[in-house]
Amino acid sequence: MSFVEIADVALRYAPQGGAEGTLAVDGLSLSVEKGEFVAVVGPSGCGKSTLMKLATGLNFPTRGSVSVAGRPVKGPVSIAGMAFQNPVMLPWRLTRDNVLLPLEVVQPHRRQMRARKAEYQAKADALLASVGLEGAGEKYPWQLSGGMQQRASLCRALIHEPELVMLDEPFGALDAFTREELWCVMRDLHAQKNFTTILVTHDLREAVFLADRIFVLSARPGRVIKVRDVDLPRPRPLEVTYEKQFTDIVHELRGLIAEARQ
Amino acid sequence: MSDAGEEAVVAAYKSDPWVRLAPWVCTIGLFVVWEIAVRVLGVPYYILPAPSSVAYAAYEFAGGLAENSLQTLWTTVAGFLLAIVFGLALGLFIGWDRRIYAGLYPLMIGFNSIPKVAVVPILVLWVGTGWLPAVLTAFLISFFPIVVNVATGLATIEPEMEDVLRALGAKKLDIMTKVGIPRSLPYFFGSLKVAITLAFIGSVMSETVAANAGVGHMMLTAQANFEVPLVFACLIALAIEGIVMYAVMAWLEKRMTGWAHRSGFNR
Repeated sequence: MSFVEIADVALRYAPQGGAEGTLAVDGLSLSVEKGEFVAVVGPSGCGKSTLMKLATGLNFPTRGSVSVAGRPVKGPVSIAGMAFQNPVMLPWRLTRDNVLLPLEVVQPHRRQMRARKAEYQAKADALLASVGLEGAGEKYPWQLSGGMQQRASLCRALIHEPELVMLDEPFGALDAFTREELWCVMRDLHAQKNFTTILVTHDLREAVFLADRIFVLSARPGRVIKVRDVDLPRPRPLEVTYEKQFTDIVHELRGLIAEARQ
Repeated sequence: MSDAGEEAVVAAYKSDPWVRLAPWVCTIGLFVVWEIAVRVLGVPYYILPAPSSVAYAAYEFAGGLAENSLQTLWTTVAGFLLAIVFGLALGLFIGWDRRIYAGLYPLMIGFNSIPKVAVVPILVLWVGTGWLPAVLTAFLISFFPIVVNVATGLATIEPEMEDVLRALGAKKLDIMTKVGIPRSLPYFFGSLKVAITLAFIGSVMSETVAANAGVGHMMLTAQANFEVPLVFACLIALAIEGIVMYAVMAWLEKRMTGWAHRSGFNR
């Protein structure tokens, strides 16, 4: 059984007012192996964010089944780390304390927070340093640039060593150069820690650069219309994005999504 | 951008002494213009007394004025403190859950729409006259902004933040103590500035109707005795108390939630 297994899932949101609830996904099936990095792409409103909530146990399917790490998802999975387009840092906490937030919630760290404070802080600082944020732990998040906040947000998603990392367009609001820098940060973190990653994105180059496999979703209600293996060798340097093999995959995906939008 | 704007104001404040002097110039200017206008136009003292005769009346009745000002100050502060306790509790309760918020909000609006001056006779009926209805009126009129602000702070947590924590198995209480309550503090301290001025309105209103002490009572007596300059002296005493308490609340706000002023929190 795969690490994340979504089998023939439909999800209809609760109706709002008089309108019937939106059918966000229907007949959605996908499976992700342990340690794999997959990307999910598709036209706007194809249920990518719904997929995030299904896999982390924040929403439950109307039909079908979802299982993570071999267990059916019945509630929040607790082994997931999440990062979003909006870094949502708490402005009254130092960046380091923002990164430590998951440890204050999730067991067994929650119990040990007081006793092992210094150790945890050192771990947060080390993690921040590994994404190029040496010394930023002592600053408030609003003293950091957008790109730096997003790096810190990635650290917050990883501090509790999650087995599953869910990324919802985490680089979408950044400028092109910062975005490519963060691709490399993400690539290195994944190579080093080997967590299972699901990246939801609109950016096809981002998907091809980072992922082992790419799922293309149809327009709403979303289902998988194509699974594309990315057989570019790792580690991938940024220059790979200018090679023909890379751009061919991007073109192919682009064609699929253009079709799906109609 | 807002940072740059704020820095510009601070810089101007430091480099240009006029920015610092402006409030004093305007206040003193107002009294000077008032004095000259009354003298030049020959306005009778029982319509509009000149600041000099107001000051003389304040000097003449200094003892009574001080005593009654203190009375009003403590009833106001007592009502205000009650409003803080009750307002915080009710705000947390209402902001806790969307259903409670939806259920109680119309009631709150309705209650706030009732002119509190109409409530004073009922309070008198229940608790008699004196300081107690003044404290209660101050409380009733000032708790509303506190409740609304605390509840709004809780109700506007970013959904992504909630997702991050809920996916980790956080309970509602965790989300409230780690995110909701700290997040609502700037709203809370901001509302105190509004609430304290309202509390003064409440206590003075009650004093004019149903008390035998306080600035409101003193004003009414002075008016009955045709001591118009003393009426104005009372008004100015109230204004001074209001400004001082407002400044205390503004200082407290800055002190407690400085991060919210620099972070673009409300963008």
